[in-house]
Amino acid sequence: MVDQSTDPSPALVTVSNVKKYFPVNSRGILQRNAQYVRAVDDVSFTIKRGETLGLVGESGSGKSTLGRCIVQLHKQTEGQIKFDGVELSTLGNKEMRTMRRRINMIFQDPYSSLSPRMTAGGIIGEPIEIHKLTGSSAEVRDRVEELLRIVGLNPYMADRYPHEFSGGQRQRIGIARAIAAEPEFIVADEPVSALDVSIQAQVINLMQDLQERFNLTYLLIAHDLSVVRHISDRVAVMYLGKLMEIAPCDDLYETPLHPYTQALLSAVPVPDPKVELEREHIVLQGDIPSPISPPSGCVFHTRCPIAVAECAMTVPPLREVAPGHMTACLRVGPDAI
Amino acid sequence: MTTLLEVENLKTHFFARNSVIKAVDGVTFDLEEGESLALVGESGCGKSVTAMSIMRLIPNPPGKIVGGSIRFMGQDLLQADEATMRGIRGNKIGMVFQEPMTSLNPVLSIERQLSEAVQEHLKVSKSAAVDRAAELLDLVGIPGGKQRLKDYPHQFSGGMRQRVMIAMALSCDPKLLIADEPTTALDVTIQAQILELIRKVQRELGISVIIITHNLGVVARYVDRINVMYAGRIVERGVLGDIFADPRHPYTKGLLASVPRLDRPKGSRLIPIDGMPPDLSALPDGCAFRERCTYAVDRCATDTPLVMPVSSGVGHQAACWIADQDTDASGRPVGAAIDG
Repeated sequence: MVDQSTDPSPALVTVSNVKKYFPVNSRGILQRNAQYVRAVDDVSFTIKRGETLGLVGESGSGKSTLGRCIVQLHKQTEGQIKFDGVELSTLGNKEMRTMRRRINMIFQDPYSSLSPRMTAGGIIGEPIEIHKLTGSSAEVRDRVEELLRIVGLNPYMADRYPHEFSGGQRQRIGIARAIAAEPEFIVADEPVSALDVSIQAQVINLMQDLQERFNLTYLLIAHDLSVVRHISDRVAVMYLGKLMEIAPCDDLYETPLHPYTQALLSAVPVPDPKVELEREHIVLQGDIPSPISPPSGCVFHTRCPIAVAECAMTVPPLREVAPGHMTACLRVGPDAI
Repeated sequence: MTTLLEVENLKTHFFARNSVIKAVDGVTFDLEEGESLALVGESGCGKSVTAMSIMRLIPNPPGKIVGGSIRFMGQDLLQADEATMRGIRGNKIGMVFQEPMTSLNPVLSIERQLSEAVQEHLKVSKSAAVDRAAELLDLVGIPGGKQRLKDYPHQFSGGMRQRVMIAMALSCDPKLLIADEPTTALDVTIQAQILELIRKVQRELGISVIIITHNLGVVARYVDRINVMYAGRIVERGVLGDIFADPRHPYTKGLLASVPRLDRPKGSRLIPIDGMPPDLSALPDGCAFRERCTYAVDRCATDTPLVMPVSSGVGHQAACWIADQDTDASGRPVGAAIDG
């Protein structure tokens, strides 16, 4: 665990005040877009080289949108996303294409994220060809076979099509494709949530091995808090487009400070009846509000068990309340109300 | 306590062009009145097909219940005719499905969908059925139930739709509620609400519940007994505490070791179960788990293990040749012949 406050190593990824609004089309022609879905609303954090940052939140929290902004599949509405000191949104298509060699992505659904008309070898070899990493096609073929071996598949499987593989094997192909161009940073959006539990563990172990072997930096987007705890160095919690809390992994799980984080953690069942009996369960009332018209003040105040009147008026800033542990709640910290 | 449901040696197979897929192949279990039971297993283990067989909702062709018996309140459901089954489905047995987005009819109001079954099964007037629908929405915790009756499914969130599904399953005072992955499509904070709700109605109405899930965590908080399934068979069963504190089947042990846990610090490596589940149309001889099992002995390749009592716990049974032997610290059976 690296202590953020004293560690001088520069961040590989810096996200500063990023907003992503999607317009909601109103009815009729010539009408301007009156409303926006505030998918990501003023989020800032950094990711250090070699680190795994877990990004958690429920559906609609904006975690996937933020991940897609970071790899520039979406352009952010406002704010800066810097990779190794370079602001990504100012890059032209050609420069971004070069940059994409260093940044890659693993997708959630191993069924729809692989082209059914390409062989496994074609899928894995494509980034190598696009970035012209090897000379001859024989070299591409050798590299593909090497990559298949790295992710635990047989080299002879290169000529098979995605439908001939199981879900876990497909996810391995997706991972082989993501590491094919030797990237430094990988955004993994729910990489194991479509897999059965016994297969999940295989893929999680593979991701950890690859990180060690190639010194990868991960942004792991997931809703499964147990998986996130297992592989993250630090964890960020999002709710309705806002960052609620960010802290070193064990700090967040052992001493969560934000009431939303506390509720989220208590809602996750632990596979042990003895532990379950002793745990405190906070069952949140109600549903997640619409991101088109999020609540005023703190977006969580409508479901928060400790909200006071002030929470509906003031947007809580993200403040450091313990070393490396930041939270956005008016009722937490030295000057809590 | 009296037994509500007895499933004996149930076999449900699907007939493809060149092969027979043995989705459920000899499942036996029972359920007491007022008890909650979990069927746990991964995709393709036969847990949902077992539930669909109880409801007699197996599409035929290609599926067919080829053997066994299902006795519910003393009546063999496999001998019952379609008219009898219609009187049981949605009436004596309610069912909640995984996907609350697609299980409701989008063009009918909630009132219509809720009161339909009440009118059909309880033979009451329309206005009495509508009153009952409003009462049900209150029961499942939808605030202002009466005002929301005229709403359509798209006006409800995922969690609210699942509450409507539960209301529908409870509409005719069933004796048994089968919930097939009731929270898989929902967020974790909403999942907690729905599981608490199922627990609440089970206790308040005194009904029996079967929860089908792949999530061992869900089970740890909300059921009395567990049946673990693998490749169409039950491989281990027992009361909640025994399964978690003293799992005997290598598959159950593997499942518990392979899931990351919220209450464990980062660092330890997960122990995955190697390989993949077997092809159900070409099951190997002997134990279906053999090829992924680290403890397999010669006998596992030739003799299919039956569900047998294991040394600890009341009703704790496992289908494994080595499950009743004491194990050393690493989980290996003491004194068993181990190959490889």
